[in-house]
Amino acid sequence: MKDEITREERVAGLKGMGCSRKRVEDARFTQGKGNYVDDIKLPGMLHGDFVRSPYAHARVKSINIDAAMALPGVVAVLTAKDLEPLNLHWMPTLAGDKQMVLADGKVLFQGQEVAFVVASDRYIAADAVELVEVDYEELEVLVDPFKSLESDVVLREDLDPKAPGAHGPRKHHNHIFTWEVGEEVATNQVIDNAEVVAESEMYYHRTHPCPLETCGSVASMDKVNGKLTVYGTFQAPHVVRTVASLLSGIEEHNIRVVSPDIGGGFGNKVGVYPGYICSIVASIVTGVPVKWVEDRMENLMSTAFARDYWMKGKISATKEGKITGLHCHVTADHGAFDACADPTKFPAGFMNICTGSYDIPVAYLGVDGVYTNKAPGGVSYRCSFRVTEAVYFIERMIEVLAIELNMDAAELRRINFIRKEQFPYTAALGWEYDSGDYHTAWDKVLKAVDYDGLRVEQAERVQAFKRGETRKLMGIGLSFFTEIVGAGPVKNCDILGMGMFDSCEIRIHPTGSAVARLGTISQGQGHATTFAQILATEIGLSAESITIEEGDTDTAPYGLGTYGSRSTPVAGAAAAMAGRKIRAKAQMIAAYLLEVHDNDVEFDVDRFVVKGAPERFKTMKEIAYAAYNQAIPGLEPGLEAVSYYDPPNMTYPFGAYVCVMDIDVDTGVPEIRRFYALDDCGTRINPMVIEGQIHGGLTEALAVALGQEIAYDDMGNVKTGTLMDFFLPTAWEVPNYETDFTVTPSPHHPIGAKGVGESPHVGGVPCFSNAVQDAFRPFGNRHTNMPHDHWRIWQTANDLGLHG
Amino acid sequence: MIPAAFEYYRPTDMEGVIALLQEHGDDARVIAGGHSLIPMMKLRMAEVPHLIDLQAIEGLSGITVADGTISIGAMTTQHDIINSASLAAAAPIMKEAALQIADPQVRYMGTVGGNVANGDPGNDMPGLMQCLNAKFHLTGPDGDRAVDARDFYEAAYMTEREGEEVLTAVSFAAPVGGYAYEKQKRKIGDYATAAAAVQISKADGKVAAASIAMTNLSDTPVWSQTAGAALVGADCGEAAVKAAVTAMLSDIDPTEDNRGPVAFKRHAAGIVLGRAIARAWSRA
Repeated sequence: MKDEITREERVAGLKGMGCSRKRVEDARFTQGKGNYVDDIKLPGMLHGDFVRSPYAHARVKSINIDAAMALPGVVAVLTAKDLEPLNLHWMPTLAGDKQMVLADGKVLFQGQEVAFVVASDRYIAADAVELVEVDYEELEVLVDPFKSLESDVVLREDLDPKAPGAHGPRKHHNHIFTWEVGEEVATNQVIDNAEVVAESEMYYHRTHPCPLETCGSVASMDKVNGKLTVYGTFQAPHVVRTVASLLSGIEEHNIRVVSPDIGGGFGNKVGVYPGYICSIVASIVTGVPVKWVEDRMENLMSTAFARDYWMKGKISATKEGKITGLHCHVTADHGAFDACADPTKFPAGFMNICTGSYDIPVAYLGVDGVYTNKAPGGVSYRCSFRVTEAVYFIERMIEVLAIELNMDAAELRRINFIRKEQFPYTAALGWEYDSGDYHTAWDKVLKAVDYDGLRVEQAERVQAFKRGETRKLMGIGLSFFTEIVGAGPVKNCDILGMGMFDSCEIRIHPTGSAVARLGTISQGQGHATTFAQILATEIGLSAESITIEEGDTDTAPYGLGTYGSRSTPVAGAAAAMAGRKIRAKAQMIAAYLLEVHDNDVEFDVDRFVVKGAPERFKTMKEIAYAAYNQAIPGLEPGLEAVSYYDPPNMTYPFGAYVCVMDIDVDTGVPEIRRFYALDDCGTRINPMVIEGQIHGGLTEALAVALGQEIAYDDMGNVKTGTLMDFFLPTAWEVPNYETDFTVTPSPHHPIGAKGVGESPHVGGVPCFSNAVQDAFRPFGNRHTNMPHDHWRIWQTANDLGLHG
Repeated sequence: MIPAAFEYYRPTDMEGVIALLQEHGDDARVIAGGHSLIPMMKLRMAEVPHLIDLQAIEGLSGITVADGTISIGAMTTQHDIINSASLAAAAPIMKEAALQIADPQVRYMGTVGGNVANGDPGNDMPGLMQCLNAKFHLTGPDGDRAVDARDFYEAAYMTEREGEEVLTAVSFAAPVGGYAYEKQKRKIGDYATAAAAVQISKADGKVAAASIAMTNLSDTPVWSQTAGAALVGADCGEAAVKAAVTAMLSDIDPTEDNRGPVAFKRHAAGIVLGRAIARAWSRA
């Protein structure tokens, strides 16, 4: 039979890797037909709401629930006393600490959960919250981690001050851990004897991922069959199932956890929150489903802050600018409980990637975690664990060193980049970078923006400013970043003991379509689109014929979920490996059907062909049908495969960004004139989805750099609890981004892909910040802290004497 | 973010509104677009057991320009302001200011009456109305009366309006000369860090008259007579603008908040005002 269509057309028909396939999810999202947690309505469902502490630190002397219980429609009001017999008044955190589910004797941050009201109607629950009477005795509040470490006030009275914590000895009753990586003595020696040393202190402010959908859950305990179903905003549904089983004593096969559509996660939905526990307990107590969904203020105040790192750095170099050593110390404000969402062995995440993209011979990192009267969290907001902090640190240190050397910051980067031939490269703080070509990327970007021309223009602007002809300065923000994503490997990385592998299970149906299920869960990344593309290329069936399912623990294989840009590096690899198992069996079926030896056929796009006789072939559709209707000697019927993938290493995406900004020194208003972003995420699965991810990550980077913060006053009151004050950029505030790419595949990943969702955030924050700081460099600025909102920019100008 | 229970009323005439206000006193509030009141109710910072919706009352919205006088019904939305050709011709500052209020979704609902009557120091229309020397028309149990915008505001959320009165319209003489509404804000939807409304008329190359008001720099809008007077007779050069700014700065009283400390706000206020004057003068 002569083939009517060309090979090119067959490739195009697959909609496989490399094509900008439109997102299959968007048909429902753009029509308002998504199915989010708050859309779930079960028969007889009750509604929960929290009584929260107005104080940041107080003893809870009494809780009177009588008036609330008297309100018609109120079914229960749970306090710590009710959870204690179940041993659920506290819960373990991901960081080896424990956290109150409901206030047990005292409250430690404003907005802390004190009592959980359950009522027949969401409005009645809200009314009942007002009727719960809590008698507080205010205690001294500690919001400054440095003061906390010197204070006699004991925040965590539940902890033995002399006993070690989860990560070793504690120096003080408000100290959590010390984590050290690298060679401190050797590093200090190098720095002390260096020709040039630059130092800087910088505060990476507390912020919040603020996904459009807040956190919530619906728990339904079926007392007849003993099965608990929990729908929730979970970035790691299988881990939630395991934790729920360990905490509740319900056997894991009797727990079903479902993550439905999730409206953005960005790390906010990795942790386990009191609301989840309370909805589960309330359903067990009442025997009917119970829903809890937090509102925006609750989300900003109580679930999952990010950053809050006080970083102190020293960097040394030769007079020519070759970096010789790096020293970093972090005082990490973890709030009231250490609930950081990091792999178990990494109490400061992957902060030890702080040597960045540079060949630095010796380095040291020390991190001290501290308790304060702030909300717990410490999640990785659109980044792999603490990588945004690490990259911000090194990209600021580079700028400060450039000032010290009186050198161009782009050139300083160029002469210190890890060279292409050095990969795989083992950094001073331990990580093995898989692949990279930094110089090519850097030169491409600098050429694209006419970097030299920009510097000339900037110098002219400074002169014009000094002559009084303009009140606007020009800043050129540079950043070069290396991400570290795709946790595992299992030998290094676990969450509560669960190794960080991931999984994919594929079933090919007889008519040549397929369903694939993975252990990850999309929160907007577009997995249903892109994983189908990986499989289409691997197994030769069109992506349009492959359904991707995630998020239901009763059907999906065990996986560690989606965060830290791990879905493509880990689950994407599992998909490719499972696809190859399908293909291996398909090859045997094809050979049987074509009456040749297995090795005499080869895979070609969507079929197996007899080598040397391309007119003799069997399409994957024909093979799928044969798998179910032919008795093939030596082969089981059916065409299915499963793969659990433990990555041999992380992947290391990188990128080069330039931002050009004009700054009005009188109003402090920055205008972004240009933003150029080159990303190298290895093999590109869907360029359109990549571009969308980059736009999103850059916009969240803009937010963090230019205004987004969770600020507290001295009494521990949250000053930025609504979107009026918490900066969430709209289309109006966002510039036009120019995107570009290079492709340096990961050598150890089955398809060479590295992950991209978080790179733009990691690289974007220092780029925006450096643009602001660069504008003031000619007037003596070395470092000013983010967020660079109007008044802080104005303050910088004022401090530099630019207001006359 | 769930309000306490309230009774909802939708009377069809003003007599019905006033009767409800008389019956329930401080427990009743009228609602126009709801974009200030409803968030306050959802935060339970405002408890309104009896909420009286003005949507069903005829004759409360609409813009008329006649005999040099502009009259705008209280229920006229910011969107209506932006899209009124006659208003854009007679008082272009209205459109320029309304375009800087919140975002299109809010402007479809938010009304002029609600904006001026609520007494929120962050709202843009009160300062603008003072700049235009508008009159606010009130209806109550004792009949109708008019209050000058410049006399209306006592403190944050405290106004001359009695509890049983409803603000039904604003009116002002069509302004002459150049205009500008200049606003600095952190983002779309934000209240002003500083905003200035300026009208300047010109004769013989000099300022004939000037009216200047600023927003969100005190607990009420600030119309500064001395700031306007500082420009009159001058050519709007650097010295005159500086004098006007200095006069305004002695009339404002900003407080520190998340938009920044007092020193920044005072500096920004001066810059914003200077720019507004320059733009208004260029159009005079």
